[in-house]
Amino acid sequence: MTLIPHTETDAAYVIRNAAAQGTRLALCGGNSRSGFGNPVEGTEAMSSRGLSGIVDYEPAEMVLTAKAGTPVAEIEAALGANRQMMAFEPMDHRGIMGTSGEPTIGGVFAANVSGPRRFVAGAARDSLLGIRFVNGQGQVIRAGGRVMKNVTGLDLVKLLAGSHGTLGFLTEVTFRVLPVPQSIETIVISGLDDATATRAMASALALPVEVSGAAHLPQTVKGRFAGGALPEGAATALRLEGLAASVSVRAEKLAAVMTAFGPVSRFDMDESLALWREIRDVHPYADGTQKPLWRVSVAPSLGHQLVAALRLEAGVDAFYDWQGGLIWMRMEADPEAELLRRYIKALGGGHATLVRASEQVRAVTTAFEPQSDAVAALSARVKQKLDPAGIFSPGKMAGAL
Amino acid sequence: MSEAIEFLPPRPAVLSRRSAIIADLADLLPAECVIHEARELVPFETDAFISYRRLPLAVVLPKTTAQAAAVMKYCHRYGIPVVPRGAGTSLSGGAIPQEDAIVLGLSKMSRILEVDYANRTATVQAGVTNLSISEAVGVDGFFYAPDPSSQLACTIGGNIGMNSGGAHCLKYGVTTNNLLGVKMVLVDGTVVDFGGKHLDSAGYDLLGLVCGSEGQLGIVTEATVRLIAKPEGARPVLFGFETSEEAGACVTDIIASGIIPVAIEFMDKPAIEICEAFAHAGYPLDVGALLIVEVEGSEAEMDATLAGIVEIARRHGVKTVRESQSATEAALIWKGRKSAFGATGRIADYICMDGTVPLGKLSYVLKKTSEITDSFGLRVANVFHAGDGNMHPLILFNANDPEDAARAEAAGNEILKLCVDAGGCLTGEHGVGIEKRDLMRHQYSDADLAQQMAVRSAFDEGWILNPSKVFPLDGRPAA
Repeated sequence: MTLIPHTETDAAYVIRNAAAQGTRLALCGGNSRSGFGNPVEGTEAMSSRGLSGIVDYEPAEMVLTAKAGTPVAEIEAALGANRQMMAFEPMDHRGIMGTSGEPTIGGVFAANVSGPRRFVAGAARDSLLGIRFVNGQGQVIRAGGRVMKNVTGLDLVKLLAGSHGTLGFLTEVTFRVLPVPQSIETIVISGLDDATATRAMASALALPVEVSGAAHLPQTVKGRFAGGALPEGAATALRLEGLAASVSVRAEKLAAVMTAFGPVSRFDMDESLALWREIRDVHPYADGTQKPLWRVSVAPSLGHQLVAALRLEAGVDAFYDWQGGLIWMRMEADPEAELLRRYIKALGGGHATLVRASEQVRAVTTAFEPQSDAVAALSARVKQKLDPAGIFSPGKMAGAL
Repeated sequence: MSEAIEFLPPRPAVLSRRSAIIADLADLLPAECVIHEARELVPFETDAFISYRRLPLAVVLPKTTAQAAAVMKYCHRYGIPVVPRGAGTSLSGGAIPQEDAIVLGLSKMSRILEVDYANRTATVQAGVTNLSISEAVGVDGFFYAPDPSSQLACTIGGNIGMNSGGAHCLKYGVTTNNLLGVKMVLVDGTVVDFGGKHLDSAGYDLLGLVCGSEGQLGIVTEATVRLIAKPEGARPVLFGFETSEEAGACVTDIIASGIIPVAIEFMDKPAIEICEAFAHAGYPLDVGALLIVEVEGSEAEMDATLAGIVEIARRHGVKTVRESQSATEAALIWKGRKSAFGATGRIADYICMDGTVPLGKLSYVLKKTSEITDSFGLRVANVFHAGDGNMHPLILFNANDPEDAARAEAAGNEILKLCVDAGGCLTGEHGVGIEKRDLMRHQYSDADLAQQMAVRSAFDEGWILNPSKVFPLDGRPAA
């Protein structure tokens, strides 16, 4: 059974009671990421989907406030009608997770979900201006506000973003939106190996052409994109967005430089929209399987080294977003968590999150990157201050978290 | 000068051990890193919020993270307050010490440790100045985006403490959006790393929490920041209007049209006159308000963007449109804007407000602001980041006249309340410090503040880090 409060007051009441009785709550939105995080025993599900609707949207101010359970689709439709968008390009997890729930805006921020534009436009947390949430004592707390610049007090907004429902129950979010670009074009360089592609992406980002997407799709996955229409060989994709006049000038410039790396082809706006949506939603691994799927974040120059090292010891398939710094990695059999995390550490740091795996694998694999003792202890103290009774999915993220 | 804002009473147990503490610090650090002679402490008694001063017990200037950690471990053990300090340019009193506090200054940690173009990051010690990063990477076509007006002097450590912004954050975001990682000394001397060259955090976003925490969660000693490829070109353009209302409405319409310039800066008549007299930037003097709008990119892109902006400005009756014709002219335009605070300081004492309001309320808040200052018999100059609604009314007064100073403070409080009531906040980029501390209840409920303070306690149970700042002195959790 899922608890579905229809008002913030009801939510606070339910949580106060749960805290008093020590009932563990698994907070969720539409459950499109069900099966994510460490399994937690004995929880009752509590969803924000009863708290739904856009509260305030001022297109002229580029700010939108919605109740946490509002479907992402509803938000996107409202924004689209005003030619605006969420710049952080939140992905839809349903394909890779094999779920069917309705993604909610609260869920997007609770999981800090971002897409290909993240490395220039920031993550979900960077667009989030203000929140209302219920803490573990059943108190309604407001943090942040509705203006872009705000350093008034501690930034609890960022703390709650990406806390996966372990610190508080989001009831309302206020975030910044941006105009939809007038024009989009994608430059694809073909046939590069992972190392050369990484160099090509780094040099593209050093040019004054404002690349807003940089992904490398090795030969093994390339055919799964754009209906198989990408040219022969691995595809390194670079996206340009903005005013039409400016995009075509920048595309010329970028293509001229990229030709030194390999053959260049250009894709127009509609093709670009489809391609980057597939990259965003990790289309090749929306494969209906439960093969372990990792989301790895490292320094962009190191991504291909990590994959090369792992390939020598494990069955791994991978592709790269964020200039090579975000690696989606599907393991053939074993999740190889220890090996993966050892290599990440050896290369200089980053983190690996197990996004999908069978129940048996999830039961014995830590989903989130383990932290240093000092940071883990500090995080536990922070959790204790928001959720003193430890009722919000304790252990979902690690130890007490 | 009136002293409306209280500090915590000094801890007697600390004051009474003053000489022992200084001797212990001298054991922990090299001799040149400990300052305790009264006359040498004077430069540390205040920051850019000069109305308040307190001589600290001592000042330490560690050269390494390990030395900073040793000081924290010691102060934690004995319950000695620690006030972190970058360059002391805080406009909200964030770096003002107190009699029982050790000032932990970062001026001896001012090296750029690594520039990594493949990953577009710079790793620097926290005492590095904001501008020196852009200077170091500029020849290679990169820059560090946040650009507070004090960027020549202010440090990255201080920028992180206050989550500083600047004129160009309309497009590129403020410090927190450009910060990838920090090395931080926790209150007990433990050294931790949050983030790194990769994006997003592994667990809770403690990096996001630390940024803007005003030195209350730990001492940041190193930072990894994001570098951005410099645009091909940038062109500031001056738009002169008859009235502030017209200029304000124009800003709202530019943003509403979907055009996002790199910067939209606003100056009213008093600000124009003050800055022009100082910088000779070529600002028109026959207008009531001025916008500096900067566009960037290729020539074609700048032309296209500007055409759209000019059209909107014409609808609002723009009187003067002047494009900079050369790099020198562009630099001069920005020099005038960035020297606004300094130039104002030459003609009067002033306090600078920092409230942010929703864009649709700009004109209303400008009008109300001058009504408020009029009612106190004070002059005001407005120069601010209009594109993101971050207002900076400069209230002019005479610091030698205690009554005038008290009036200025009272008018400032009224203006900040106005910003909050208009749907905005008390501070957009200067921080709460001591200046806005006692107004926090106007923006937050007791439960909101209690939650923030509880999280703060998770980092510093004994509240020794910058203790007189940010949170009202009454209603704090028992240490």
